[in-house]
Amino acid sequence: MPETLNAREAILNRIRTANTAANAAARAADYQNIERGYQQTTTLDRETILKIFLDHLHEYDAHVFEARPDTLAATIAEVLRTNSQKSAIVADNFPEENLPTGLTWQRESESTKDQLNTTAGTISGCEVAIAHTGTIILRGTRQLTLLPDRFLCIVYEHQIVETVPEAFARLEPFKTEPLTFVSGPSATADIEMTRIRGVHGPRFLDVIVVRD
Amino acid sequence: MTIRVGDAAEAPSFQKAAFKLLDDAQLRKNVRHATDVITAKRAIVVKEQLDWQQLRSTASAIKQHTLAHLDEYLLKFEAACTAAGGQVHWASDADEANRIIVDLVKQYGGKDVIKVKTMTSDEIGLNKAFEASGIHPHETDLADMIVQLGRDKPSHIVAPALHKNRQQVREIFMREMGLSELTDEPQDLTNAARIYLRDKFLKVRIGFSGANYLLADTGGICVVESEGNGRMCVTLPDVLITLAGIEKVIPSFRDLEVFLQLLPRSATGERMNPYNSLWTGVHKGDGPQHFHVVLLDNGRTRILADPEARQTLHCIRCGACLNTCPVYRQTGGHAYGSIYSGPIGAIVTPQLLDMEHSQSLPYASSLCGACYEVCPVKINIPEVLIHLRGRIVREQQSGANLEAIGMKAMARIFSSGRRFEAAQRLGHIGQWPFVSGGWVKHLPGMLGNWTAVRDVRPLPRQSFRSWWRDREKTVGKKENADA
Amino acid sequence: MRISLFITCYNDTLFPETGKSVVRLLERLGHEVDFPLEQTCCGQMHYNTGYQQEAMPLMRRFVQIFRDAEVVCIPSSSCVAMIRDHYPKMAEATGDTGLIKAVDALLPRVYELSELLIHKLGLEDVNAYYPHRVTYHASCHSLRSLHLNDLPLRLLRKVRGIDLVELQEIDQCCGFGGTFAVKNGDVSAAMLSDKLRCVENTRAEVCTAVDNSCLMHIFGGLHRQRTGVKTVHLAEILASTEDQPAEDERQS
Repeated sequence: MPETLNAREAILNRIRTANTAANAAARAADYQNIERGYQQTTTLDRETILKIFLDHLHEYDAHVFEARPDTLAATIAEVLRTNSQKSAIVADNFPEENLPTGLTWQRESESTKDQLNTTAGTISGCEVAIAHTGTIILRGTRQLTLLPDRFLCIVYEHQIVETVPEAFARLEPFKTEPLTFVSGPSATADIEMTRIRGVHGPRFLDVIVVRD
Repeated sequence: MTIRVGDAAEAPSFQKAAFKLLDDAQLRKNVRHATDVITAKRAIVVKEQLDWQQLRSTASAIKQHTLAHLDEYLLKFEAACTAAGGQVHWASDADEANRIIVDLVKQYGGKDVIKVKTMTSDEIGLNKAFEASGIHPHETDLADMIVQLGRDKPSHIVAPALHKNRQQVREIFMREMGLSELTDEPQDLTNAARIYLRDKFLKVRIGFSGANYLLADTGGICVVESEGNGRMCVTLPDVLITLAGIEKVIPSFRDLEVFLQLLPRSATGERMNPYNSLWTGVHKGDGPQHFHVVLLDNGRTRILADPEARQTLHCIRCGACLNTCPVYRQTGGHAYGSIYSGPIGAIVTPQLLDMEHSQSLPYASSLCGACYEVCPVKINIPEVLIHLRGRIVREQQSGANLEAIGMKAMARIFSSGRRFEAAQRLGHIGQWPFVSGGWVKHLPGMLGNWTAVRDVRPLPRQSFRSWWRDREKTVGKKENADA
Repeated sequence: MRISLFITCYNDTLFPETGKSVVRLLERLGHEVDFPLEQTCCGQMHYNTGYQQEAMPLMRRFVQIFRDAEVVCIPSSSCVAMIRDHYPKMAEATGDTGLIKAVDALLPRVYELSELLIHKLGLEDVNAYYPHRVTYHASCHSLRSLHLNDLPLRLLRKVRGIDLVELQEIDQCCGFGGTFAVKNGDVSAAMLSDKLRCVENTRAEVCTAVDNSCLMHIFGGLHRQRTGVKTVHLAEILASTEDQPAEDERQS
């Protein structure tokens, strides 16, 4: 440990010496004065934002369904039927009333890694979604949304923003929680730049967009 | 101090390495194909991002500001990360970092470590240090796995196995995974990797990662990836060790809104890469319950100390400069003899090594400027290359070398119009031994590299200024005649 | 207008034809050209190769010689880039306020040839005649330092009789790069090979550019491979007319 303490002081000293000699602070902008001329708010109406979001999801080959709050459970049932899926592991905070009847399910916190690994599929909501990049942002539910081969995410229309900066504004209260940005199924282009989907994460991503 | 950049200090010169690699038609085809694909994809998504230039400007300003207050931000990060249950270590050089990490793994009684890609671990030679201590590192990024199983070296920052084609990958997998059947379809190769690694993800207790961003205000980490192995390694194990260069810190969580728009578009030509993971310290009951960050210097403070070159530390490892570089396009990454190759490699490698090694790298560029054009954090790479050439001339070369003598002679010739004209006249006389059949066939010394592939005409009979003088005389005569 | 010509060291010695063409063209357009004989070199070769100390006196000379010029014309985008991109920094590093001011005052008066014609003189049609199939290569400095964009092409399109054909991979570096061509001769040759392929695919008789440095390198390869394709600087094409075609002036 003394070694590490020495390294810490040595590194900090080298940094301070370098910056003093270069007069670096005077040459750089103060943090609050850094110019941020990039787009930070939206100019689009909700219909357009939704359309962009759906287009980008389709580009990633996510299977997209639409529902209203009162048809959500039925739509989930339809998705599961399409997948021949009879059971699921569900996020801890996912409202039980949105689950279709007849489904065999359990909570993430009741499940082992192996169960998550072999389950027919998992279900969760999200925190915010970005239309411009086709991104869904999850709070927690890290293993739930990673291990299975099939993942169904419920996105409410009011959760969709146009731009990345708007999403970050919404995430500000949760910035010290585990967050995962998902923009399509996992992919690699490491073999001859051929894009292959589904390396380690779920190969099948279903999204239900709830119009509210 | 043992500052190390992989094996760069022992690598042959760029010229030597390039000469061999230019003969490898397969490699050149693979590199060309890969860089053509990514640059085309990048162009599309950048064009679509209407505030691209503003994002670049802000990113550059954030990096410049952060470096100017780097000590404050590192301390802020350390305090916040520690308060959230993480433990922060500092390493001055490669050996110290290796020692810290190996000791941690031993402390937790681990024999295996699953690793998610970070070039920083190649920089310090971590795998060698692991193996020397009887610890088995398992690379989990597909490309790094291909390189590891193929006992090879990475050739690109973002796509390390870019130099391998599918047949080569199939051979490697069949051999190393013990498979009797496997096609060379990328889909099948990827499935093989998925099965092979799933077992490791579920069993290995210690994970190792790098970090794309260290967030000073929250003490959080952001890891950017495509395949999902990153999520596996930072979520499933009991213990997580993250290694990060000190230049990775950014002031705040909010600043990610800038960098996460620049990085995916620059690196892989996507609006957003498939997965970004953010976590802060230890989350009770969720993910690794023991979390360590190792902050690495290994020569970065040297770069910081050079005011002309410190912009090198803005780099966010997107690889766009490699993809667009016309030199990299011909040779691929191995020619640079460093894990950091291409334009950024040409400036960062020699600087980390205090300009004592890799001196051929700053000259491995025609200064075309394409890299600067695409750099998301506006590193003026050509400017830094020229500056480093100056440092090599001033600090590393003896003034008695042929080139320096020639340059000094040329400077003298250019110091007056008369000397210049005298030299032109001398050139007319002196060139004749080299002229044959109306063409210059061979030039002496290093200039011979010119005539090796190009024909050159002898000097024109009359220089421009000689023609101008004659013309002025004629005009003068006319004016006198008219007067 | 009185236009001071900075011919550049290598044009003066190797491509006097380009200089003569600039003079002929500007005089034809009704301007007076002067040529300060004290001029030599802008310092680019030294500066870029790492001999920045040796480049300093060359920079001072340039600034001094052209101090009072109304306008300076330079038929070489790489030399203009050297002056624009690096002279201000070099002056600032000396702390010499007189020099800093002098550079500041001179820079707005320095023009690459196509900039002079289009931006300063407001001309695209210079009454040129050049009945050949021509392709245009965009040099790196013209593209990325000067941001000439399509200025040279706009001038070429107005040339009577010209058959202008587009070059593929126009913005790929030709591989010259100054001392790079000899210090990294093999990679330079590989890059040249790609450029030659694109030039030959156009079936042009002539490849042109605003820099003889690129053209010298490209021609070296075109001739070595006996393609029969020539390189001709933009100035020579623009100076060419029915009465005084470019070829007549070429020395053998």
